[in-house]
Amino acid sequence: MGITFRKETFRDDFTFRNSPEHIRRFPFPFHEDSYMYAVNIEPHVVGPKGSVLENLIDVDEHYVAEMQDRALVLAEDPLRCQSLRHMTLAGWDLLELLMEQQALGYPEHFTLTRDGDRWRWINRPLGIDDTFTFGDTSTLPYGPMEYITRQSQGDFCILDQRDGNLWMDAGMVTTQADWSLDFDIGMNFFEWHAPVPLAHEKGIFVRALKFLTNIQQGKPARRLNWTMTINPRLDTSPENYHKWGPDRATVTPENVGDKVHLRVELQSFWRLPRSNGIVFPIRCYLIKMDELVTQPKWARRLHRVIRDLPEELATYKGLTRYRPTLLEWLSKLDDGSPTSPGFGPD
Amino acid sequence: MAAKTIISRPIYGKLSPQPGKHHLFVADAEGALAITDMAARAPVGFFDGAEIVFIAGPDGKYVAALEALKPAQLHLPPSFASLLPRLKQTLTNAHMGLRLYLAGTEGLIGQAMQVALEAGIDHTSMQTEHRGSLARRMQCVHCKGITENVTTQPATCSHCGLLLLVRDHYSRRLAAFQGVCINAEDRSEIPPTEEIFQ
Repeated sequence: MGITFRKETFRDDFTFRNSPEHIRRFPFPFHEDSYMYAVNIEPHVVGPKGSVLENLIDVDEHYVAEMQDRALVLAEDPLRCQSLRHMTLAGWDLLELLMEQQALGYPEHFTLTRDGDRWRWINRPLGIDDTFTFGDTSTLPYGPMEYITRQSQGDFCILDQRDGNLWMDAGMVTTQADWSLDFDIGMNFFEWHAPVPLAHEKGIFVRALKFLTNIQQGKPARRLNWTMTINPRLDTSPENYHKWGPDRATVTPENVGDKVHLRVELQSFWRLPRSNGIVFPIRCYLIKMDELVTQPKWARRLHRVIRDLPEELATYKGLTRYRPTLLEWLSKLDDGSPTSPGFGPD
Repeated sequence: MAAKTIISRPIYGKLSPQPGKHHLFVADAEGALAITDMAARAPVGFFDGAEIVFIAGPDGKYVAALEALKPAQLHLPPSFASLLPRLKQTLTNAHMGLRLYLAGTEGLIGQAMQVALEAGIDHTSMQTEHRGSLARRMQCVHCKGITENVTTQPATCSHCGLLLLVRDHYSRRLAAFQGVCINAEDRSEIPPTEEIFQ
């Protein structure tokens, strides 16, 4: 058994696809026919079998291809992975968390064995079998955070907690929705969220910070966030905006279904035991419109959400240029009939 | 056309004399006037324990006014770059209780603050006062090059040549505002250039 990992790309020829099973497990982010910011944080507990919440750290059919894409991004731009000097211990915390969770959820693919500080990590999909001393950076080929996040899907931000605030002091960020770790590293919670429209006025960040600084070890939390991306491109960084930005002008009525992707982030928040930091994995899921609309409920609902989205949010999410074309295409799949409550397909 | 200000945009105050014996001022241009204005409110003998570092223009304007304050030390480096090694050493060796005052252009305040942060001084403990030009120090998010003294919106990156939107998003660590390609989606769209950071 185990996962059959797809051979696919997130750049150039864009061969990324979801299998039918992965379409049905897609974390569709809208529980009703409209969208506005909210502090939509809930406990990160295990969900139904076959969903992306079956394990708290999800590994899926895109794992190997995503790790290959990350390696390409890092080779081009090593600044996507940075850790301020005081964050090494938190990196070890993260290494432990990800090794434990991946080995627990996918024993056929990952094995962790511990003999005191002597650890052996086997990652079969990537052909890795390393023995190292926990806490001794010289025994790994990279720092602990970089080592394990080169083997884990999603971006990772490690936040230091001090002065009643959270500080973005380390991260591996190669699949981001248009924000720069290199620019934001060292900022506090309010500063790195500064460019987000509307949410500050609603008090969202004050309440979110209060929640996050109180997260306890062993009780992680999660939320969903979303945007849209043209082509299944993981690296939509501001660094490369001048390279991927032109994609947004390529959407036509004929290619909407293939080019336009809903991009959902499953964000989770975990207290780290030794450093008292918080790690914030941002796991990105992509689905093209052709795949999404195989679920009629999602097609109807997405049409209504995009149609009614406030202009500031549409601009912030970068939808402006292709929104009319997308809406026209989606409207043909919305007969106006009601949608059932909740996220899942019918 | 400047956007509403955002939380990462620095807010500057007005210099005020802090308790303590050791005071370090770093200023350029009209920042000298922030120091002389503050001096009027300072207790007698305040400048006996003060070092003033002033980057004067070529005309030496305001130097005499600062000399008149009779600080323990007046240092006049020709540029920020030439000041850097000395400032690093001063801040690294500084005792607890050193009070730091930064005044003048945003670029000067930001770069001096950057050195102080690296020396472990908390940014909220520094006194700042912005005087003079609103010109911005900008980092190109694409090539990472810093362009000094940006006065226009949009602005051209002096390193890679991309036309950049100068955002209000600011990094103390880089001492720079963020510049992001303004016409990435269609390079043929050239918005008009306005002088807005005077």
